[in-house]
Amino acid sequence: MLLHHAFEQTARRVPDKLALVAGAQRLTYSELHHQVRALAHVLREDGVLPGDRVMLVLENTPEFAAAVHAVLAAGAVAVPISPQTKKDKLAFIASDTRATAMLTHAQLAANWAPALQGAPALRSCRVAGRLTGADARERPWPGADARAPEFEAARIDQDLAALIYTSGTTGVPKGAMLTHLNMVSAWASVQAYLGLREDDVIGLALPPVFSYGLYNLLMGLGLGATVMLERTAAFPIRLAEALARERVTVLPGVPTLFSALLDLPNFSRFDLGALRLLTNAAAALPESHVQRIRAAWPLARLYSMYGLTECKRASYLPPEELDRRPGSVGRGIPNQEHWLVNEQGQRLPHGSAGELVVRGSHVMRGYWERPEETHERLRPGPIAGENVLYTGDLFRSDADGFLYFVARKDDIIKTRGEKVAPREVENAIYQLDGVTGCAVVGVPDESLGQAVKAYVTLRPGSGLSERDIIKHCLTRLESHMAPKAVAVVDELPRTESGKIRHASLR
Amino acid sequence: MQDIKVEVRRYIEDNFIMGASGVTLADGDSFLEHQVLDSTGFLELIGHLEEAYRIKVLDDEMVPENLDSLQNVAAFVVRKRAA
Repeated sequence: MLLHHAFEQTARRVPDKLALVAGAQRLTYSELHHQVRALAHVLREDGVLPGDRVMLVLENTPEFAAAVHAVLAAGAVAVPISPQTKKDKLAFIASDTRATAMLTHAQLAANWAPALQGAPALRSCRVAGRLTGADARERPWPGADARAPEFEAARIDQDLAALIYTSGTTGVPKGAMLTHLNMVSAWASVQAYLGLREDDVIGLALPPVFSYGLYNLLMGLGLGATVMLERTAAFPIRLAEALARERVTVLPGVPTLFSALLDLPNFSRFDLGALRLLTNAAAALPESHVQRIRAAWPLARLYSMYGLTECKRASYLPPEELDRRPGSVGRGIPNQEHWLVNEQGQRLPHGSAGELVVRGSHVMRGYWERPEETHERLRPGPIAGENVLYTGDLFRSDADGFLYFVARKDDIIKTRGEKVAPREVENAIYQLDGVTGCAVVGVPDESLGQAVKAYVTLRPGSGLSERDIIKHCLTRLESHMAPKAVAVVDELPRTESGKIRHASLR
Repeated sequence: MQDIKVEVRRYIEDNFIMGASGVTLADGDSFLEHQVLDSTGFLELIGHLEEAYRIKVLDDEMVPENLDSLQNVAAFVVRKRAA
């Protein structure tokens, strides 16, 4: 069973059912399937071979939904990338993956056009919308085509389905290699406790380029549910209206999304009574949020979950445990073994604190062409030839083994559920003339989990303000990486050897 | 109205685009679609409008029709100031 098979079977089983709602656009399963087939066909024509990497620089749109299934149908590997990604990082990922095709939107050309220039391996760039005409490899997005031949690429479940880029401590992003088996396994485990249904309407306001949003899309379309793709999270009123209008039953969220909705004036005027399932991941929900969510939707089940790109999901808290174990991200997902280890790598009993280690068929195959980083995270497991995942996340467990997140083991900041490498932000800040020293750390923040904060030292008379530094970062980094605050200081704390001591700034 | 568009364009360019990303915005282009502003960016824009034009943006007015292009922002500010 490959990752995209569920969608293909569903499209044949319920062709006339509504698959996607995106603004005024409504697509049935057969309409979406025709788009998938047309796109898979042109990818083949463009010279994309099984095993090739294809970059998806796409918004939360029907084009993304079609693209991910088309890439898999063509036997290629999907590389989902945030549409906020700026040109330098896009160029880096293009060269790191040696992708042979890119799928994107016309309005993002300011970022992908320069990246295309420096990526000779890219054979084609399929653009939804108007072509810029600047590069001969730009090609139009194909229309839906019911006659496009269906083909079965010779792939097995050990082959890669996706490379999902995540921040690395060195400041260089690395691609987590996920096989079809990894992703189908994670899907099955999540479905075993979440129980999504064919009659669900999933309100997806999260970006599908990250694992949390991606699985909601894949699972919804694999099951025959309807997925509402919403890009209105910046306008909470519009989101609430859409949730009410489409009678959304499942809302995957993060703390900032839930608080934006609950903070709306007269929130109760929106009829959101159809919601039966709310999930939270990426950052722990503060206690106060939990109470407000339950008051707003007394009949809905609220799942608090924890995961990481490298294995998709590791734990969930059953709703009935919420009162008994506030702050817990729960117990291990079905078909997974996990444990905590101390600094010496020894397995710890329940009630201890240590690094979480995860074992299961959802654990990634490593980081793309990064053997050193791979060996840090994947180490030999109990059975010969098997690897287990050292998450780098420190947890404590209670007497029953329920997990409570404590901190990252390394410098990585977790903000809005996304990992940010301080080094990547520092590198951007150091590009500013006048910056003489810089240290980026995560500081506690109620709804973001952690907020990115930069401490900088400046050359006298540089004239740089806090705002200048934030602005500079916003033009070079995805917005979640830009510091929320900057403190200009006279000096940074250093070790005897002169290295900046990040720990004393947190 | 033209003045407001020019001023808001300068504010957006200074704060969110600058020279580096090379985005050129037409008056009717959506900030969201062009990845110029995200949710945090819109809150900053609202703060700026409130300060620069001495208006109060109500929660119900935080919708794309009022905020999601230079055209929409300028028309919104004109309406608010007339009110």
